[in-house]
Amino acid sequence: MTDNLQLNAEGKLKHFLTIEGLSKSLLTEILDTAESFAGVSEHQVKKVPLLRGKTIVNLFFENSTRTRTTFELAATRLSADVINMNIATSATSKGESLLDTIRNLESMFVDMFVVRHALSGAAHFIAQQTAPHISVINAGDGQHAHPTQAMLDMFTIRQLKPDFSSLRVAIIGDILHSRVARSEIQALNTLGAAEVRVIAPKTLLPAHVESLGVSVSHNLTEGLKDIDVVMMLRLQKERMSSALLPSESEYFKCFGLTEEKLKIAKPDAIVMHPGPINRGVEIDSKVADGPQSVILKQVSNGIAVRMAVMAMAMQTAAPAPGRSGGIHTIPGERHAGSLPASGIHAIPGDKGAA
Amino acid sequence: MKIRIDHGRIIDPANGINRAGSVYIEDGKIVSATDEPAGFKPDTVIDAENQIVCPGFIDLSTRLRDMGHSRKATFKSEVLAAASAGVTTLCLQPDTAPVIDTPAVVELIKELAEKSGYPQIYAIGALTQKLEGTELSSMLSLKQAGCIAVGNANQPVKNLLVLRRAMEYAASHDLLLMFRSNDFWLGNNGCAHEGAVATRYGLPSIPEAAETIALAQCLELAELTGCRVHFGQLSCKRSVIKIHQAKKYGLKVSADVAVHQLHLTENDMTPFDSAYHVLPPLRTEEDKQYLRQGLAGSTINSICSDHQPHDLDAKLGAFPETEPGMSSLETLLPLMLMLVAQHAITLEQGIACLSANPARVLQLNSGALTPGFAADVCIFDPELEWQVNSENWKSQGANTPFWGQTFKGRVTHTLQAGKIIHRL
Repeated sequence: MTDNLQLNAEGKLKHFLTIEGLSKSLLTEILDTAESFAGVSEHQVKKVPLLRGKTIVNLFFENSTRTRTTFELAATRLSADVINMNIATSATSKGESLLDTIRNLESMFVDMFVVRHALSGAAHFIAQQTAPHISVINAGDGQHAHPTQAMLDMFTIRQLKPDFSSLRVAIIGDILHSRVARSEIQALNTLGAAEVRVIAPKTLLPAHVESLGVSVSHNLTEGLKDIDVVMMLRLQKERMSSALLPSESEYFKCFGLTEEKLKIAKPDAIVMHPGPINRGVEIDSKVADGPQSVILKQVSNGIAVRMAVMAMAMQTAAPAPGRSGGIHTIPGERHAGSLPASGIHAIPGDKGAA
Repeated sequence: MKIRIDHGRIIDPANGINRAGSVYIEDGKIVSATDEPAGFKPDTVIDAENQIVCPGFIDLSTRLRDMGHSRKATFKSEVLAAASAGVTTLCLQPDTAPVIDTPAVVELIKELAEKSGYPQIYAIGALTQKLEGTELSSMLSLKQAGCIAVGNANQPVKNLLVLRRAMEYAASHDLLLMFRSNDFWLGNNGCAHEGAVATRYGLPSIPEAAETIALAQCLELAELTGCRVHFGQLSCKRSVIKIHQAKKYGLKVSADVAVHQLHLTENDMTPFDSAYHVLPPLRTEEDKQYLRQGLAGSTINSICSDHQPHDLDAKLGAFPETEPGMSSLETLLPLMLMLVAQHAITLEQGIACLSANPARVLQLNSGALTPGFAADVCIFDPELEWQVNSENWKSQGANTPFWGQTFKGRVTHTLQAGKIIHRL
């Protein structure tokens, strides 16, 4: 089962729904493009005009603060117009179907949907159903995928440990319910990591987890040996009420990351967490705020990576019917579609003209 | 009214017939499938040259919707699909709206069946009131009203004590229990097989154990209560093994499999395509092979369509929120013939699994071309190719993963009690 839905005829990114089926070179292109955007946020005028005139709708069927905010910032830094729709509290609670919501927004001439939904496959469904000029970015669907989170984590790892082929990465916690874990595993394997290890009790591991290309451990102290990157996952409170775990304290005792346990990993290991953190449940504050933690770096990298993905997906976008589409409508500018990733810096707007 | 079907190959597994010849029908009944009755002057002659003439098919699990679900399909639309598929007898699962738990609903179904010109629709009565799994339904009244069996469709029975009582009560009235093995709690609201594919796509999943544990419990209760049980829509290897052991041990049980389970596995699912959303879910290649072997070795004696037509909206959405089920009456014969082409079963076995065997499960005088039986006959051309498209498709539900596919084998005539209800 390959997933060509997200690529256009030339093999370029059209939608970004999952890491699965994307090549190493495409993932590297995302990382390189993000690299070129990383500086933008530090400029006095934090904008490039790449997506000027484009309308991006943040369609959040599930609540989120961090992801939505970074997507919003990424879009505004690309000069797009952004609409935030918190559907969790609006239309669908009035009985409107997912499809009707999409159809209505489509007729408002939007160019991109950034979608978060509680059900696996929602982003795929929207990408299949939506008008051909619209790109869909998956901001997390059920337990399936969260590809931008995975890419911002790859970006963070690459900044600190550029050679993936020598990396041993441990992902610790609720793999079963984690879309982040699935996307991280696929990204790490595609980029050629030496080993991806999942560490969790059996109740938090999906069936046939090895088929994802990971090794498995049920013991944190054993599992952390030789590890270069420690990825912690958030533990949802409802896992206790659904009989997957006995208590937070027992979980912390077995799988909580403390300074002492971190010493088992390689001395220069980095600690990551997609947030929001449950201090004292999956991670000790001393580790979360300690020198090996890159958790806040992940957050700021989220903007550059999301800018990269949005810019790449919009470059391939076909012009909307009856409208002037494409990035090249900005006067005096080169056709953005022909820009190499590193060339995005050369846009005049980058120097503050926008 | 006298009908003669000429020049066909007659395959009638119950009577051990497989040869060229004619079938003679008078007043809605089979007169002979062997010798010409003296002085037989037909009013109608059907030429079945290069075709197979066999008993009409009996489907053990069908949903025709209608009543509260008429936006999905109606008796009118679905009996056309059934007739064009060579199906002459249907068993209706009790999860209609309203549920088949009172004689009045059974009467309503009979009336709808008569009105649609397709009288051989049998209701399976609800095992428990409103299918809620807590209180016994009025099974005797349901039987007297015409229910052919009882069952709880896909709904859970609250606990094993209720199931035991229900089975004891059904056994008291010699009612067959048609049981769908699924432990509700282990099923955990899943929508896909608990395996590599569900893991990759993050789909809530259903382990085989949800089926096998419920099946094992019901087998124990069958022994305890003496209730006759038919296990519907098996989906996995260990269910086949358990039924095999139970039969060897001497329990009076039987089983069927939905035809798509014999062809599709989790690996055939295109990502998040709701056409593949079925319950029980599509499982592994190994499960599929065991189901096929179970069929070849008669552990599983019937193939059903498990027909579940849906409206478009039911299948539009993220995979887990779409409704399970396929519209599958019309692909029943070609998919059976594909099993024969792939040497999984013989043609005689395939026809028996669709006619004589389900008739035996239901204790019906049907499913055979025996003189005196109602003339339910299916005539099909095993070589005729056709495409699944809106021109050929009769069911109101277009929810099939086989849409656009070209199949071999098509029904040319269907006779129900001597009445030609389909002609290609």
